[in-house]
Amino acid sequence: MFRLANKIIPAINKALLQRSSSKGNGIVVLLQAQRPFSDKGNEQFSIKTEDYGRPLYFDAQATTPMDPRVLDAMMPYFVSYYGNPHSRTHAYGWESEAAVEKAREQVASLIGADPKEIIFTSGATESNNISVKGVARFYAPRKKHVVTTQIEHKCVLDSCRALEGEGFKITYLPVGPNGIIDLKELESALTPETSLVSIMMVNNEIGVKQPVAEIGALCRSKKVFFHTDAAQAMGKMPIDVNKMNIDLMSISGHKVYGPKGVGALYIRRRPRVRVEPIQSGGGQERGMRSGTVPTPLVVGLGAACELSGREMAYDHARMEKLSQRFLDKISSKLTHVIRNGDPIHTYPGCINLSFAYVEGESLLMALKDIALSSGSACTSASLEPSYVLRAIGTDEDLAHSSIRFGFGRFTTVEEVDYTAEKTIKHVERLREMSPLWEMVQEGVDIKTIQWSQH
Amino acid sequence: MSSGVSKTQILSMYKLLMRESQKFANYNFRSYALRRVRDAFKENKSLSEPKAIKKEFEYAKENLNIIRRQAAIGDMYRTEKLVIENLNQ
Repeated sequence: MFRLANKIIPAINKALLQRSSSKGNGIVVLLQAQRPFSDKGNEQFSIKTEDYGRPLYFDAQATTPMDPRVLDAMMPYFVSYYGNPHSRTHAYGWESEAAVEKAREQVASLIGADPKEIIFTSGATESNNISVKGVARFYAPRKKHVVTTQIEHKCVLDSCRALEGEGFKITYLPVGPNGIIDLKELESALTPETSLVSIMMVNNEIGVKQPVAEIGALCRSKKVFFHTDAAQAMGKMPIDVNKMNIDLMSISGHKVYGPKGVGALYIRRRPRVRVEPIQSGGGQERGMRSGTVPTPLVVGLGAACELSGREMAYDHARMEKLSQRFLDKISSKLTHVIRNGDPIHTYPGCINLSFAYVEGESLLMALKDIALSSGSACTSASLEPSYVLRAIGTDEDLAHSSIRFGFGRFTTVEEVDYTAEKTIKHVERLREMSPLWEMVQEGVDIKTIQWSQH
Repeated sequence: MSSGVSKTQILSMYKLLMRESQKFANYNFRSYALRRVRDAFKENKSLSEPKAIKKEFEYAKENLNIIRRQAAIGDMYRTEKLVIENLNQ
């Protein structure tokens, strides 16, 4: 145990030091010296656990396990029906084509679209790229302005960055402290030059739902195309592209209990939205996405969509029950816990919490029995606080102490209880070690302290 | 019964589904399957229209086959148990 503790404690101290040194203070170091970590091993500070086995999965926003029913639908296309769906001269091609077309219908019917409006891609990142770059470039001769938000997924933001390099003007809308955009601000950002508005339906880090229907109506009235990234929303809430006036929508396979490496793009036919394809080739998928359509993956995506349509009410009720249970447990034992993002306009399966006076990375390390993340998987390698949390105005220290709990279809009540208990235990342990927490308990307002420079 | 599906048939289908669901090696899939089967039967308890009963019964049959195949696949690629499964030992 001590070997483990010796390894981890210096790391925690280092992290604490790094954080505090940015504010330039000497007090934290001094207080720590008063309470050196002794090898006598106070049980309270022990991170040794008796538990062994694989960690519990609580990162459903990063990816979801594939539903066995989805795998079952895919297997025949891995094992027996291997034809190229674009082969028109033999039965192998026809059977694959039929499967692809069935999947197209399954995806379309979940969002109230026509099957012809569904394009299969390699994932939501590709769909977002085709939408943002494709629309902007196609309409570039007349319109050179794109509106998006500061809390979009990296692939939308990076596509916009690329467009900026090509001379487009991009407006990054700010969001309120609850993570939701202001419709008035959006309206004033729209100009006759604007070709596209791209706003995600459900945020991947804080789970907030944007008022997509209102945004859609606004864009339609201004004759601007509206793209939404629905990777996190698909199959989890009812979507109707016509009622919501959505012109383009990105869909991901592996966030709806489907396979990885496949996604879809909804692209409206009436009024017609045109995009400049990114990939050149055989002209598959109506010329917008060349490349052989991967039959087994697409069949999996279709099956996953049909299944999530069927299970939507059941899954949603379950998510609400689990998240309520989790939040009740946490708030009954811990104070100074802040939920990031709007508590009402949110997807209940994504809970982003900031535990004040606890360093997020230390907590993640301590909670090694649970697969968690402090934000999106794309940025989980860096210790930088998430740009989404910064955009909603979270304080630097709170942004550092945030953890995202993602529930899924296969999460059990026992897992939720275990996670809540472990979280409470380790937050209490880490706070007990924290000099800042001690000062807060003594009634010192941390924000009023003038940290001395040295 | 005019639906062509007798009460005994439904009951034995329920038992079969539960027994086969128990065979999932993966903790999460196993818990989900058991819970989902139980809830689905509870949900459709008051179904009286023969056509609807027949439809649900066919769906159950289809799922029974899926569970059998998938439990077999899962069994071939077992992993270490989850932390939570080792707790009560």
